[in-house]
Amino acid sequence: MGFEKKKRVIMEVQKTALYNYHKYLGAKFVPFAGYEMPIQYKDGIVKEHISTRTHAGFFDVSHMGQFFIEGDETLAEALEKIIPADLKNLKVNHSKYSFLLNNEGGIIDDLIITRTEKGFCIILNAACKENDIKQISKFLTNNHKYLLNNDLSLIALQGPKSVEILDKLIPGVANLKFMTGNNFNYDDEKLYVTRSGYTGEDGFEISISNKKVEKLIDYLISNEVKPIGLGARDTLRLEAGLCLYGHDLNEKINPVEANLKWAIAKKRKEVGGFNGWEKIKNLLAKGSEKIRVGIKPDGKVIARENTKIFSPDNNEIGFVTSGTFGPSVNAPVAMGYVKSEFSKIGTSIQLEVRGKKYGGKISELPFYKKSYVK
Amino acid sequence: MSEKKFSKKHEWVSLDGEVATVGITKHATEMLGDIVFVEVPDAGKAVEKEGQAAVVESTKAASDVYSPISGEITEGNKAIADDPGSVNTDPEGSSWFFKLKIKDKGEFDSLMSKEEYDKFCKENPS
Repeated sequence: MGFEKKKRVIMEVQKTALYNYHKYLGAKFVPFAGYEMPIQYKDGIVKEHISTRTHAGFFDVSHMGQFFIEGDETLAEALEKIIPADLKNLKVNHSKYSFLLNNEGGIIDDLIITRTEKGFCIILNAACKENDIKQISKFLTNNHKYLLNNDLSLIALQGPKSVEILDKLIPGVANLKFMTGNNFNYDDEKLYVTRSGYTGEDGFEISISNKKVEKLIDYLISNEVKPIGLGARDTLRLEAGLCLYGHDLNEKINPVEANLKWAIAKKRKEVGGFNGWEKIKNLLAKGSEKIRVGIKPDGKVIARENTKIFSPDNNEIGFVTSGTFGPSVNAPVAMGYVKSEFSKIGTSIQLEVRGKKYGGKISELPFYKKSYVK
Repeated sequence: MSEKKFSKKHEWVSLDGEVATVGITKHATEMLGDIVFVEVPDAGKAVEKEGQAAVVESTKAASDVYSPISGEITEGNKAIADDPGSVNTDPEGSSWFFKLKIKDKGEFDSLMSKEEYDKFCKENPS
């Protein structure tokens, strides 16, 4: 598959199949990972956020990579060298949150991997997808075929009304459990739906051909599902305590530091056989020097990315990687890395914003309680 | 009746004798989106023309609010610090940012009129 060819295209600004639809819906666009993407629509970030939590919202996440790999029985083993999930025992139509790791155990990207009939589908971050494919393909052989499918759109439908609304259109999706998926028929075409998301709400991700996607959106809008931009996507995921690659995660951070060791399969922790295992095994036993935590400023001040974190006695102990105002928490929320001895929930810290120190506390994650269907 | 002028940094000033009231324009709030944090200066602070005087943050980003005029702060509007969202609702009325005692009325006179400001916004879309 010629991802080399596509690389030239990615240098120009790309648009998703819904670009004109977003325009029609009053989107404000920003460049994001090489794409023109809606940051918000007419209602604004706070209203979009709240309507996702109380009704349902849809997100065009077609900029993300939908990467399909097919192959024989050697495929799971090959992918396990770079992905620390238990892929050999992953059942068809089941999904796992995992990552691509480098030799140092650093996170190249975080991802959702689903077992398909013929292999695996991996959803990759837009900004990382070209490099991800390069890294993954190092472990593939002639027995494996791969394709970054740009003919497909990806729509996330999130919020408490999602199930009722989508099941009317695509009967059967209501039976999906969280982190599972299946093929469904829609408008004489097959599409793939998983029960998953990035907001802390119940919902679905729908992989649908670029040709049919507008029709799906027509239906969602007729059911009062609001379009949600990247702005509210960020406030929703942060309230849900979910990481954003390039901010909370990067190649220099490993899963133990990221407080994501739960995402490494138990068996894999013991047996290893993946990039960076030696280092990760060591960290699992000893603990890491720094660790990702939730942070709540005491007042209204917003501690944004790169805010320095200090101990009560003014020693620098860490930094913020994501910070915003959480509309459902109705307070500022943040995530960041602190020295592990300061990571206990309730620990008092100071946040340096515009040269002034403000009080804050290490907080439990998520800030907002989820309601996934198990 | 006080007179109202506008700056290129999207602040408005209304002058009543020696005391100016400063806030951010409706156009500014539309660009910022939902306002979630405001910091206003304390009384007694001296500010320079185009110097940083207050902070406004929306869900998207933090921005400085400049004083379009030099003087000494007489009052910061604590009500907007307690309820930042009110800046979106009434930016050019009750949600002013600070009042100051001005030094030089010439600075006020050199600011834009309502018509000039509207034209400026049209010619400089963000």
